[in-house]
Amino acid sequence: MSVKLTTRQVGDVTVVDVAGRITLGEGSSALRDAVRDMVSKNQKKILLNLGDVSYIDSSGIGELVSGFTTVTNGGGNLKLLNLNKRVKDLLQITKLYTVFEVHEDEAAAIRSFA
Amino acid sequence: MQENANRAPESVERLLDSTLESVDSAEELAVGMAERAGVDEDDLMKIGMAVRESMVNAVVHGNRYSAHKKVRLSVAANGERFIVQIADAGEGFDFASIPDPLAEENLLRTSGRGIFLIRSFMDDFQMRHLESGGTEVTLVKNLVSK
Repeated sequence: MSVKLTTRQVGDVTVVDVAGRITLGEGSSALRDAVRDMVSKNQKKILLNLGDVSYIDSSGIGELVSGFTTVTNGGGNLKLLNLNKRVKDLLQITKLYTVFEVHEDEAAAIRSFA
Repeated sequence: MQENANRAPESVERLLDSTLESVDSAEELAVGMAERAGVDEDDLMKIGMAVRESMVNAVVHGNRYSAHKKVRLSVAANGERFIVQIADAGEGFDFASIPDPLAEENLLRTSGRGIFLIRSFMDDFQMRHLESGGTEVTLVKNLVSK
């Protein structure tokens, strides 16, 4: 399985539930396209729920960074939710854990966009 | 650290196409052999990622997805060490040109973390230029008997 992205709206926050593998190829491309689509629709509050991400490689991390900078440069906010140990360890090793705002609770994450 | 004194040595060599499917195949092969060698779950994940990153470098940057170029993969477990070698048929590159992904000015780059992650996950990592022009990397995970 590659990646499955499901988008839902919670107030003015767009939540993207990401499941599967964010790796070079289909997975990372799908994430890139989804973020670009949201930015083109002027969605400025984006929460990526990574709770069901089973695998991420350096390309996937690159797409998280790309999404973050694209949204931020457009005056918006992109935050992360529900990092599992693998994703958290990778973000910590690459010193990106403090770049992103990371949440463990969706309600709190939604409130943080206010 | 894992118990491995009684596990038989194993080695395999493959010539793979320069495709993303080969990246998956190589990772699966290496993780399978590492598992049979008694590597624990945490290190299996690290080996899998390191092999994946190395294969992506060979396929994408070395061979540039060329249908005419192969990636040579060899995997061996000998009771003391788990060794993976991956060689591409590309033009090579300046090893000193690899940027530090942890440097402040590079943190928000969208690429350039592969080799750093390989070094983080393996006990030893070496790169060398091949006479043919390509690049060969050697990844080592120590297997230590308790």
